[in-house]
Amino acid sequence: MKAALHIFLIPLLCAAAAAECSFVLTTDAEDMPDDDGGRIRLEWTVDPTVEPPDSLVLERAAPDGTWEALASVAPIDGRYSDDGLENGRTYTYRLVPYSLGVPGEPGPEAEAVPEVKWLHSGRIGMLVITVVLSVIILGYIEAGKRGKNLYVRRIAGLNAVEDAVGRATEMGRPVLYIPGIMDMDDIQTIASMVILGRVARKAAEYGASLLVPTCRSVVMSVSQEVVKEAYLQTGRPDAFRRENITYLTDDQFGYAAGVDGLMVRQRPAAIFLLGTFYAESLILAETGKSVGAIQIAGTAMVSQIPFFIAACDYTLIGEELYAASAYLSREPKLLGSLKGQDAAKLMIMVILVLGVLGASIGQWWEPAGRVAEFLRNLTHVE
Amino acid sequence: MRKLLEKLDKVDRRIIYLLMALSVFLPLALRLNYPIPVGSGPSRDLFDTIDSLPAGSVVLMSYDYDPSTMPELQPMAVALTQHLFSRGHRILAMAFWPQGASLSQEALTAVGDSLGAVQYRDWVNLGYTVGAGVSIVRMGSSIRAVYPQDRDGTPCDSIPMLRHVQNLRDIDLVICLSAGDPGIHAWVMMAHDRFGVPVGGGCTAVSAPEFYTYLGTGQMVGLLGGLKGAADYETMVREGRENTPAGLATPGMAAQSIAHLVIMGFIVIGNITYLILHRRGRGEAR
Amino acid sequence: MRLFLPLLVTFLCGILMILHFFVPHRPISTLGDGLTEWYMIVASAAIFLGSANLIQVHVHRISTKARNWQYSPVVLGGFAAMMVAGLVWGLEENRPFDYMFQNMVVPMGATMFSLLAFFVASAAFRAFRASNWRATLLLTSAFIVMLGRVPLGGLIWKRIPEISEWMMQVPNMAGQRAVMIGAALGVVSTSLRMIFGIERSYLGGTD
Repeated sequence: MKAALHIFLIPLLCAAAAAECSFVLTTDAEDMPDDDGGRIRLEWTVDPTVEPPDSLVLERAAPDGTWEALASVAPIDGRYSDDGLENGRTYTYRLVPYSLGVPGEPGPEAEAVPEVKWLHSGRIGMLVITVVLSVIILGYIEAGKRGKNLYVRRIAGLNAVEDAVGRATEMGRPVLYIPGIMDMDDIQTIASMVILGRVARKAAEYGASLLVPTCRSVVMSVSQEVVKEAYLQTGRPDAFRRENITYLTDDQFGYAAGVDGLMVRQRPAAIFLLGTFYAESLILAETGKSVGAIQIAGTAMVSQIPFFIAACDYTLIGEELYAASAYLSREPKLLGSLKGQDAAKLMIMVILVLGVLGASIGQWWEPAGRVAEFLRNLTHVE
Repeated sequence: MRKLLEKLDKVDRRIIYLLMALSVFLPLALRLNYPIPVGSGPSRDLFDTIDSLPAGSVVLMSYDYDPSTMPELQPMAVALTQHLFSRGHRILAMAFWPQGASLSQEALTAVGDSLGAVQYRDWVNLGYTVGAGVSIVRMGSSIRAVYPQDRDGTPCDSIPMLRHVQNLRDIDLVICLSAGDPGIHAWVMMAHDRFGVPVGGGCTAVSAPEFYTYLGTGQMVGLLGGLKGAADYETMVREGRENTPAGLATPGMAAQSIAHLVIMGFIVIGNITYLILHRRGRGEAR
Repeated sequence: MRLFLPLLVTFLCGILMILHFFVPHRPISTLGDGLTEWYMIVASAAIFLGSANLIQVHVHRISTKARNWQYSPVVLGGFAAMMVAGLVWGLEENRPFDYMFQNMVVPMGATMFSLLAFFVASAAFRAFRASNWRATLLLTSAFIVMLGRVPLGGLIWKRIPEISEWMMQVPNMAGQRAVMIGAALGVVSTSLRMIFGIERSYLGGTD
């Protein structure tokens, strides 16, 4: 009896409540910020104290004033993105609750005009920084081209490249070059390809055998081209062995197993681990250590650097990997870019120090706080 | 004495390996168990973030790992899935690692069946895609451009759960379980920094330190680091829900405790031999 | 011409993707989206390149009876078995592909990863020596973090996990950020060199 009463009473009470106020409390419509136009973002909230309807129907006003249904949504707080709209036209929306197929009191109406933006408003600061950094780096490259004398500090790992290849030649054992486990879209892999060219040239000069097992097929293709070019440049195209540059597998630890097997069977005298590495770094470096090879490693993966330092003879830390090309070639243009990089670093350090000081002093002195706030906005990206 | 020290200094690596194996095997075989107190920290932050989402939120989970790192990351996937379903959230699963798609399916079906979550209503597995950062950028404007259909070949347009999920802005939280790259870096740089979607994650213990920078800047809402992070999460999910089955990570913590002690023991021995032999060596040289 | 075309493509794509980040207006947005889709297609096609090379290299090894050629039939057999199982019976659960994945690929992968524990132990034994005050500092912090990451640390002294977390969140984070900022600038510099054609050795040409 009680249940039957509920069945009849609840819809009646709901209908009565709906007549007084809508289930939908607020409806907000706004142009989707920083997009290529034609899009409006809608958000709505519902009254949690009212019995929810079966569904909500989102409606948009047609040019003739009639309402057309856009979508049926769950009767909870939500949002919706209306796409494919005409820029500059005003669009009006509302939500209508439906219970047992009967429409209730519509929620409040909201309108917005989709617009197209030329510049992302949340990225202007980053644009300024990008332009300034680019100007600094390109300026130093230009200075390098004009023959300005540029000093670069000694990097032990890069000085050891020639010795390592020479050692392998003397011992009659191969040189193993591991370009990391990432694809060519990774900048560390590209930096690694640059160093591979140098190592290949040395190997070609000395007549050492060079093995390059890769984890990505595109890296294999690029490696083959880089090594072939190095052998051509040293006048030893006959010594180039395409089959020594192979693809093993995309699988991280499958690759580590494959390279470990190669190390144990071929017993290389010099191993280069340069590129992006993850948890396999120590597995490779320890196996290399166990076969008695001289090891030169380099990566910008901060969590792997300690492993390389523990197990390898030389380690290029972070940006030293990117500096290798300039350092090894000593070409003024490339050295200029290194100096530009240092100048950009100085600029960032100044911003950091100013920001920290401003935020700290700003606790007591407001102008300093405003400086910190300006720098925060400048470096903030949306 | 000197000979013993020299022997210890040059101990065969196979002895180290054997002791390590025993230190892992014995606690697991003897079912040693330690209580896992969870204080404040990145694990708790991720748990609280999920707890604070309104019911029905859409959470994108990216399974960016493969079987090799499964012992650390799969317990996280299971515990997170339990938590999300029990809070009434919906899961949109995907993977940038080919084998991650199979591992996600395993976690979703197992947990989904036990908690009554239904495919296409409560969860969808989009499967594997290539491109990483590039794909995330594309998903920022259209998820269907990257995934026109789900892992089973069902068109996304006919999936009820995806009716109002057009792009990343319709996602309430991204959780990336990552064993390397592509993984957390790409999600933070693209999903959070470009589209403003909150990002949380889980990773192997080895790579956890590098993601702490994102926690400090607020670019990540929380992080589960290695088996410890997984065990923390399992403990939090079970708090007040004693009928929840025990997780996979909690029993492993005893083995990890003993293994850490063994490594520390080796470091101590190595340093004693180093200090004595080195000092004597210097004394003799004088 | 051999270098000019790739350099031109690099320049145009690089500039377009930078603009795509700052300019949401058409045609930059549509061109940027188009490029990302092209990239996905090219990246997917790379799997064929890898498979072809794998088969080519191992068939060559078998035919020339090269050193350790006996492993090559195993590689080709495994490759063929997984491919045929996937293509014929599909990838769904309880099919041959899934069976091999769960019972062969999963344990073999986990085995490789677990080797890390052994290598960490031997590397730590060899490398963690208190040779100077900095190494001693590193050693002490490693001890605290290792204890703090397991329940045993909290049982020894309840502040150990807190100290460990502090070390991760403060000194560790400071060091990580320094390396990351330096590396990020290296990325910017290398990218600019490539976009403007100053760095070209990755194309196999002269640098």
